[in-house]
Amino acid sequence: MASDGTMNRSDDGAVDRKKRRFLIGATAAVGSVGVVAAVLPLGWSMAPSERAKAAGAPVEVDISKLEPGQQIKVEWRGKVVWVINRTPSMLGNLPKLDSQLADPSSKDSIQPADCKNTNRSIKPEIFVAVGICTHLGCSPTYRPDIAPADLGPEWLGGFFCPCHQSKFDLAARVYKGVPAPTNLTIPPYKFLSNTRIVVGVESKPA
Amino acid sequence: MQRMLDWIDARFPLTALWKSQVSEYYAPKNFNFWYFFGSLALVVLVMQIVTGIFLTMNYKPDATKAFESVEYIMRDVAGGWFIRYAHSTGASAFFIVVYLHMFRALLYGSYRKPRELLWIVGCFIYLALMAEAFFGYLLPWGQMSYWGAQVIVNLFSTVPIIGDDLGAWIRGDYTVSDVTLNRFFAFHVIAVPLVLLLLVVVHLMALHEVGSNNPDGVEIKDRKDPVTGHPVDGIPFHPYYTVKDLVGVVVFLALFSIVLFFWPDGGGYFLEANNFIPANPLQTPEHIAPVWYFTPFYAMLRAVPSFMNSQFWGVLVMGAAVVILFFMPWLDRGRVKSIRYRGTLYKGWLAAFVLSFLILGYLGVVPVTVWGQFSEKIPLLGTADKATVVARVLTVVYFLFFLLMPWYTARDKTKPVPDRVTG
Repeated sequence: MASDGTMNRSDDGAVDRKKRRFLIGATAAVGSVGVVAAVLPLGWSMAPSERAKAAGAPVEVDISKLEPGQQIKVEWRGKVVWVINRTPSMLGNLPKLDSQLADPSSKDSIQPADCKNTNRSIKPEIFVAVGICTHLGCSPTYRPDIAPADLGPEWLGGFFCPCHQSKFDLAARVYKGVPAPTNLTIPPYKFLSNTRIVVGVESKPA
Repeated sequence: MQRMLDWIDARFPLTALWKSQVSEYYAPKNFNFWYFFGSLALVVLVMQIVTGIFLTMNYKPDATKAFESVEYIMRDVAGGWFIRYAHSTGASAFFIVVYLHMFRALLYGSYRKPRELLWIVGCFIYLALMAEAFFGYLLPWGQMSYWGAQVIVNLFSTVPIIGDDLGAWIRGDYTVSDVTLNRFFAFHVIAVPLVLLLLVVVHLMALHEVGSNNPDGVEIKDRKDPVTGHPVDGIPFHPYYTVKDLVGVVVFLALFSIVLFFWPDGGGYFLEANNFIPANPLQTPEHIAPVWYFTPFYAMLRAVPSFMNSQFWGVLVMGAAVVILFFMPWLDRGRVKSIRYRGTLYKGWLAAFVLSFLILGYLGVVPVTVWGQFSEKIPLLGTADKATVVARVLTVVYFLFFLLMPWYTARDKTKPVPDRVTG
């Protein structure tokens, strides 16, 4: 405040624009900090809640009744997880397909370290995978049949995504030239016994 | 009556507003068929708001109850089926009307100076409308609702690095769930409609500031009557265009009613068959396609192959296809606005653009295997899906329409523009 009691005026009575701009700028800056502080909790409220996170707990699966060639689906973190008991002939076909696959050795795909092999599993026959296409999240169909009419004579069994026609082999490795960029994800899982597995927990090498 | 009006006018500019916006808003006298769709869009917006309000009275945004509550509206609520079908048919009608309205702007150069902001606000309205339609489509909680939302939200998950967290933040969960449904409901009934209404008001204010374009692309404001000060080629919006637009509304409502009463699912295009099955997170439908108004962009998304292990490029292309609309006013270097005085270059490109948009729209509905594969003997193309290759070519055409626009519009052999509108 100037000595004569008027605000923001220099001695000749003109408006001190520099001071006014500074005051407006300072008020706006402090005000926007307040607005951002008030908006942050609104943004946080949209993140997965504690309950949603808790629903992501590990799931136990009983595989004692899983016949060779059979598929079961379980839900883990709201995602579909497949457990398949592969037959020896299915496993035998896997290496034949390497040349047609985009990522045969699973270098660019997501899986626990002990599943980074041709079978993409801990035990060769028991196959566990997240049944969600790496393209846009549809769930591919299990197609173990050999050379069906719609998939052509080359088909040795695998998974076929109905949304955008991505193809995977029976180790969920993606074919070349389809929309999906990588193999299906293998979730962390471990064997509790020969007939029980738990999905969502890493198996610690003994 | 007059005394009451005087009383109000002394407190609120009612008469002044009526005059400036309606009875003394001078619009060009040569509006044709294409000028129905702006007012029709407004009519559909009102219909959607009214039917939407009545739907929320019985709808429950809860994953265990949503599907059932829609069926309840359809079967047990008196007149419920009418309200619901009016709303679902209205969504498609909204896009039909808006696409024709946008095409009109392309025909007559309505996005050109001085209407750049008018056009940009319109593009924002289109974006808001797409968001509104997308959020609304999840609410019936059918299979297509669920898997459509899954696919679209996963588009955001393809963003490098932050993608997964971004997807979880949009869904509020690791997958589309009750949480997602609840928040999409909030967006659909509160957030987006408010934005949409605000944008429509701004759109109309901008229109009434610069004045309407017309099929000749002549500025009527350049020739004003020296006595009255009104454009000589202009006529007051009311009563001339209110009456004209009313005729349009009557015809539109007649067509709308035919669909609503006899063909409410629009042959599976307005309401997809799979959406009459409750959402099942463990079972993807055999064939996922968005509703028809999104399919041109969806076809582009599918056409782009993954590159460096990322799906993000397709998403970028799809986003760019919408964003590029905003730049139209500056891409067009033509000497004339209206198609009437444009040369063959613009006409040809516009035709190619419209055709590619329509064919992409078709390809977005069908599986990529629809036309089979190229024979293995053909080099490069061998075994590729024919539909995918066509979609790629058309996506390029779509973008070339915009990217080459500065070149071909400037070079086009245009005809002389008359001084006044030709009627």
